[in-house]
Amino acid sequence: MSPATKAMRTPDATAASGDGARTMLLTGNQAVAWGARLARPKVCPVYPITPQTPVLEQLTEFQAAGEFDAEIITPESEHSVMSACIPASLAGVRVFTATASQGLLLMHELLHYASGARAPIVMANINRTVASPWAFWPDQTDSLAQRDTGWIQLYVESAQEALDSVIQAFRVAEAVQVPAMINLDAFYVSHAMEPVAVPAPAEVDAYLPPFAPEHRLDTGKVESWGNVVSQDMFYRHRQSIEQAMGRVPQLLAEADRAWHERFGRAWGVVERYRCEGADTVVVTMGSMCGTARDAIDAMRDAGQAVGLVKVRLFRPLPVAALRAALAGVRDVVVLDRNHSPGAGGILHQELRAALYGMPGAPRVHGLLAGVGGVNVPPGRIVEFVRQARASDPLPESVWVR
Amino acid sequence: MFKLDPSQDPMLCSGHAACPGCIEALSARHILATMGPDTMAVIPPSCMAIIAGPQPMSSLRIPVYQPTLESSAAAASGLRRALDAQGKRDTQVLVLAGDGGTYDIGFQCLSSAAERNEDFLYICLDNEGYMNTGAQKSSSTPHFARTGSTPAGKTSRKKNLPEIMAAHGVPYVATASASHLADLVRKVEKAKGIRGTRFITVLIPCLDGWGLPDDAGLTAARYAVECGAFPLYEIEDGTRYTLNVADKPRPVADYLALQRRYRGMNDADTATLQAEIDGAWTKLVERAAASRREIATV
Repeated sequence: MSPATKAMRTPDATAASGDGARTMLLTGNQAVAWGARLARPKVCPVYPITPQTPVLEQLTEFQAAGEFDAEIITPESEHSVMSACIPASLAGVRVFTATASQGLLLMHELLHYASGARAPIVMANINRTVASPWAFWPDQTDSLAQRDTGWIQLYVESAQEALDSVIQAFRVAEAVQVPAMINLDAFYVSHAMEPVAVPAPAEVDAYLPPFAPEHRLDTGKVESWGNVVSQDMFYRHRQSIEQAMGRVPQLLAEADRAWHERFGRAWGVVERYRCEGADTVVVTMGSMCGTARDAIDAMRDAGQAVGLVKVRLFRPLPVAALRAALAGVRDVVVLDRNHSPGAGGILHQELRAALYGMPGAPRVHGLLAGVGGVNVPPGRIVEFVRQARASDPLPESVWVR
Repeated sequence: MFKLDPSQDPMLCSGHAACPGCIEALSARHILATMGPDTMAVIPPSCMAIIAGPQPMSSLRIPVYQPTLESSAAAASGLRRALDAQGKRDTQVLVLAGDGGTYDIGFQCLSSAAERNEDFLYICLDNEGYMNTGAQKSSSTPHFARTGSTPAGKTSRKKNLPEIMAAHGVPYVATASASHLADLVRKVEKAKGIRGTRFITVLIPCLDGWGLPDDAGLTAARYAVECGAFPLYEIEDGTRYTLNVADKPRPVADYLALQRRYRGMNDADTATLQAEIDGAWTKLVERAAASRREIATV
């Protein structure tokens, strides 16, 4: 992975500030836990699963040290984790959890329940292959299979972005009362160490005010949630969730801007990397972006007009931002580290739908690259781009390695 | 005779959606009155969810959270901890679930919550089957009972959930019945005063599912206790047994004869059921006696 490309606060500057900000060597998992700690959730149900377990252990260590004032619940399954998260959030407290792979799938029913309940839970998911057969490699099929559950989904590339995104996600989720999922690739991000700027608690408090919903489960208010509704009420409820989702790209852009003003880093809703005058653009998510940056640099050095668009916000899919980012581009090469049998790469499908009908829409080449954690080095991406530019796109995704 | 104080503001309001003559509404009325207004209910899909009413109406004067069928105890844990985090330690969390949501699909998370000794009162309104979906068997359905999924009669015995809950070492487990209303209310009152996981299973004869006349619910509930099919007892801290009704003068055949779900049962099966009830009763009596001896020697 390449380091984050945006301006970072220097270690010297934070050390001199004396406000508790510091730079630490952290894995992606530890950075997630630090993000959660800084967001000050009050309830934190959590269940261990490889490769998420270090998040759980870091949070319980924080709590044991008196540095994390949350009710940690350790139920018998991820299903019960999410079951506990929802009414805790509806009672009016901030709720955080983390999972991966099979654990996320076990939560599936409750993921729908959470968004239907408009519970702004934030959850980190470590993207790992889905069994069977058993495997423990980076693959985003687990979370992409949850795309219709009504959760905001972010895909991050680095430990720093993971920490920042957990806090940004609370701000956006609570503004629209929709839950949010931060996705980071197994091992490439979850277990790789990098220097991470950990913001000062008071600064995060100023950025993220306490969660204080008007409607909540409260014996003083006597409001309820979950009982049977009419067709019309259900229809209007779904419309309301859609309207909330529609506000997310703008709210995330604002949250990211405010973050940049306060902490000097921004990540974007989609990020354009060296896209100036590009005739070909690679589009991907998560840790693959880091590899793609190296490939883009090599191609730019060789005089080729190639850039990268990183999809950070996947749900809701920021269609307007993607269309703007890809306007005037001849070829788009989508790299999918996921697999939907019978449909191919999920980002490929989604991007083709997003660009369909756009005047002068780019040619979209879908590549199933890195499925099951197969390594995709920069040189292969250079080759994928060369082949795509020289051939017509196919309607289906193509297996490459 | 036990009576509700008529001046008391009802916690379960008239106009609720229970079937006419339903013992569950009667039981819930007394349970909710005993719990009082500083209570939050967790009600999964069940007859009680129907009684609670459709949005935007509610028959309960307290907040209700309706979770998924299998997650009541996990949801109650999350709600409890959120209240604790807000400093609302005196607010009670009350689960009102059916036997399907308790003995069957909700059992995994109930066991987990009991292992953690989460602080809530879990009441299973036990009508011995999936009555809300038209009477299919659950693991609470008794031996030989006919249901939609056991048309020739159930071939296995009712799961002994109170014993399983007691084995977790939780502070309070009890059985109760609206036929012994003062005992039911006393148990809810007692459970209310205890911290940790408290579990009461209340027998709810289902008029439709058991094949009872509209006015026979309480009679069936009383016969169940009197024949020992549903003994009334308490288990404190997983070890101390108290048998609340100390004899069982009625043969099970009396109880079976009230209900169409046992129609066509032959004498041999009735004798088998009677023997099963007698065996379970003997164990219970021994445990209660042993608990009294322990108390005497302390």
